[in-house]
Amino acid sequence: MTEDTIICRCEDVTYGQVVEAIEQGFTTTEEMKRMLRCGMGACQGRTCGRLIAQIIAAKTGTSLSQVPLPTSRPPAAPTELAILAGTPHEETS
Amino acid sequence: MIIGGGVSGCGLAYCLAKRGFKDVVVLEREYLASGATGRCGGGIRQQWSTEENTKLAMESVRLFGQLDEELEYETEFEQGGYLILAYTDQEVEQYKKNVAMQQKLGLDVRFIDPKEAREIAPHLNTEGVLCATYCPSDGSANPFYVTQAYAEAAKCLGVQIELYTPVTNIEKRGGRIASVVTSRGKIETPLIVNAAGGDSVSLAKMVGVELPIVPTRHEIMVTEQVEPFFTTMVISFKHGVYFRQEKRGGILMGYGDPDERPGFDITSSMKFLRTMSRKILNLMPALHRVKVVRQWGGLYDTTPDALPILGPVDGVEGFIQINGFSGHGFMLAPKVVDLLAQLITGEELDLPIDRLHMDRFLTGEISRDLSVV
Repeated sequence: MTEDTIICRCEDVTYGQVVEAIEQGFTTTEEMKRMLRCGMGACQGRTCGRLIAQIIAAKTGTSLSQVPLPTSRPPAAPTELAILAGTPHEETS
Repeated sequence: MIIGGGVSGCGLAYCLAKRGFKDVVVLEREYLASGATGRCGGGIRQQWSTEENTKLAMESVRLFGQLDEELEYETEFEQGGYLILAYTDQEVEQYKKNVAMQQKLGLDVRFIDPKEAREIAPHLNTEGVLCATYCPSDGSANPFYVTQAYAEAAKCLGVQIELYTPVTNIEKRGGRIASVVTSRGKIETPLIVNAAGGDSVSLAKMVGVELPIVPTRHEIMVTEQVEPFFTTMVISFKHGVYFRQEKRGGILMGYGDPDERPGFDITSSMKFLRTMSRKILNLMPALHRVKVVRQWGGLYDTTPDALPILGPVDGVEGFIQINGFSGHGFMLAPKVVDLLAQLITGEELDLPIDRLHMDRFLTGEISRDLSVV
C-alpha cells in the first residue's frame, strides 16, 4: 500500500489521507467518515469500512475487534425515490 | 467549563480564549459534532419572522464569511441562496410582513414569481405556488468542518477539549455552581455553560432548573451524487419540507413530522423515507430515478417560541445557557457564541439578548418565530 492507494473508491480517499487523519487524532471510523467522507458515497462504506478499521487498528496498536464500524444507516442499498415513494412512473430508458 | 462539543460549545470556547479568558475546558460525551451539529442540514438562513432570529442570522452570515480566514480552515461556506415558496394567501400575507421587516434590517431578500423560482431551481414544480421569497446571501457550510475549525483554533489558544467524557452530575453550593462530575472524575468550577443541545434539559435538571425544551427527532436523507443543477435551498413551510443540492451533487432533504413525539430517539424510520420521497417527487418530479443512499436522525431542542435560550438563569449562579435553538443552532452559532463570550467576559453586548433569556417564559409574553420547518 502506498500513500496514493485509494481506500474509498466512492469519494476518492487515499491511504495517505487516512493515515494523516489518524495522526491528527481521528481514531474512530465515525470521525473518519465525517472528516474524509469515506463511507458517505454510493457504497456507504461497504467497501472501505473494514479497510479503514484495519488501518486504524494497525496505526493505533489496537485489535480490529476494538475498532467499531460506523452506524449502518438505511436504506440497505441505494434505492430510487420513485420506489420508496411507491408511485408508478413511466420507463424512460 | 463548557458542556457540549458541538458548534456552540467549540465556537464559544474559541471566542472566550480569543478574549484572553483562561482555563476554558470543553467536555464532550462522544466526539466533536456527534450530536445535533453533525446531524443538521448545514443550511444557513436569514429569512425569519422574528427580528431576534433575523438579526442573529444576518450577523452570523457576515461572520461565516470571515471564518475561513480567521480560523485558517476551509469550512465550505457557500452563499447559494434560500427560496421560500408561498402556496396560500395566508402565507403570502405573512411573508409580506417578514420581507418588510427583513428589508428594514438590510437583508437582500425579495419577492419573486414562480417563473423566476424555476430559473433559480430548475425542475421545480411550481404548481400552486403563488410567489416565493428569495435571499441570495443565504447559504450553507459544512457543520463538521466549522466545529473542527473552532475547536482547533481554540486548542491553539490553550483551550482543553476532553472527548468521550460524559457529565454524570453537576454540584452546586449555596445557590452557586461548584463542580462538575464526569465519567473521568470531578472538576471544581464556578461557571458552567450548558451547550448540550437536546440533552441540555437533563443537565439543567441536575441543578434543579427546568428548561422549557422539548427534544424531538428530526430526520434527513441524501441521494447519490448527480450533476449539480441548483445551488439554492428550497423551503415550503406548507409541506414542512426543505431541500438543497450539495456541491458534490447529493440532494439533501428533510421535513418536520408534526406527529413526531418528544423523546431522545434518533433512529431512522421507514415512515420518513416513504413520506419524504413522496414530498420531494411532488416538488421535483424529475428526481424519480435518483437513488437515496443514506438517511439519519438528530434532535431538535425545541422551545415554545422556537427561539434559543441564552444567558444566565434565575436561582443558580454561574449556570449559562446556550441551547433551545429549535433546529437552527448551526446557522446562528457564529454570532451567538460571540455574544455569549461578550456576556461572560463582562463586555457590553453589541446586540441585546435580554429577550432571549430564560425568564421570558415566565412572563407569558412570547412571540413565536413562524418560519420553522
